[in-house]
Amino acid sequence: MATPNNRPISPHLQVYKLPLTGIISISHRMTGVMLTFGLLLFTYVASTLAGGEAEYLAMQSVLGVWLIKLVYWGFVYALFFHLCHGVRHLIWDTGQSFSLETLDRYARIELASSLALTLIAFIFI
Amino acid sequence: MAEFTLPKNSVLTQGKTFSAPKGATRIRRFEVYRWDPDSGENPRVDVYELDMDSCGPMVLDAILKIKNEIDSTLTFRRSCREGVCGSCAMNINGKNTLACTKAIDSYPSTIKIFPLPHLQVVKDLVPDMTHFYAQYASIKPWIETQTPAPADSERLQSHEDRAKLDGLYDCVLCACCSTSCPSYWWNSERYLGPAVLLQAYRWLVDSRDETTGERLDDLEDPFKVYRCHTIMNCTDTCPKGLNPAKAIAEIKKLLVTRQQG
Repeated sequence: MATPNNRPISPHLQVYKLPLTGIISISHRMTGVMLTFGLLLFTYVASTLAGGEAEYLAMQSVLGVWLIKLVYWGFVYALFFHLCHGVRHLIWDTGQSFSLETLDRYARIELASSLALTLIAFIFI
Repeated sequence: MAEFTLPKNSVLTQGKTFSAPKGATRIRRFEVYRWDPDSGENPRVDVYELDMDSCGPMVLDAILKIKNEIDSTLTFRRSCREGVCGSCAMNINGKNTLACTKAIDSYPSTIKIFPLPHLQVVKDLVPDMTHFYAQYASIKPWIETQTPAPADSERLQSHEDRAKLDGLYDCVLCACCSTSCPSYWWNSERYLGPAVLLQAYRWLVDSRDETTGERLDDLEDPFKVYRCHTIMNCTDTCPKGLNPAKAIAEIKKLLVTRQQG
């Protein structure tokens, strides 16, 4: 950004310490982007279902690679995290749960719930 | 548009170090952002080691001590020294606050002092607030009426209606919240930011104001209000303990319920 008198822009991201809700907010964005890319993986899996036995078996072996598995569970966690913060946004939209004292507590509940939901998914899948 | 890095002319360089006087026992280290418009150089960070035995308790006291005793060119705004004027708002150890109400002892070690984030720097810790004040003026921060004033009294308000202004009228417009908001950093040309929106809400809920509809019309815009993404930095950082994020949520509610008829 050009400024008159060659004035510098004061440091922002370089110096600001984001509070927990701020970190969760940017993570919500990033998981949103990740989920979009994750959809490609999901679409690939879905398309192999229609592609017959050979393609399905090939997909199964691809998903068996540990790195792909890690990406897969990362996707699942991103999904639940995004969901939990989405619920938080719905509550915020009603004008509730804004008080400074509860911000960090609710943020931790969000993180714990998203982990718990991922764990439950892990157990049942 | 979001720019995550600083432009070339804003990148920090290492500055001078001023060591503590000999014999000082309680030494605190302060790193302070410096930029001299006449130097043609990039901003730098100067280091000052202060003897706490001859320094007041607040961060502002330390800054004043630097100006009085070490480097009189250090430039900053200050006035009331008790948190009601909002002049000495700055970024201290990563969070915006008022230097006058923040105790040095509330920080464990080095204290890093920067101007309010993502503003044009006029000199040292003084940012250009012109745009912020222009945005404030744009929401018409005064009472607007259509009915004639009562002949023999002021426009009165019930205790309940007056109570609705608590937590809103107390804002000192220090801009800590607005300049803590990443959305305001990237969109301040069109997004009003938390401080100005808190004030917008202050006039929306004032029972004596008679232009609520027009005020909402002015705010009905994809950028002015809706660039708030509930990041909550504003409420987290407000040195007066106010809640701009909640005020913005209430504005959004007013805008939506109005559409429902």
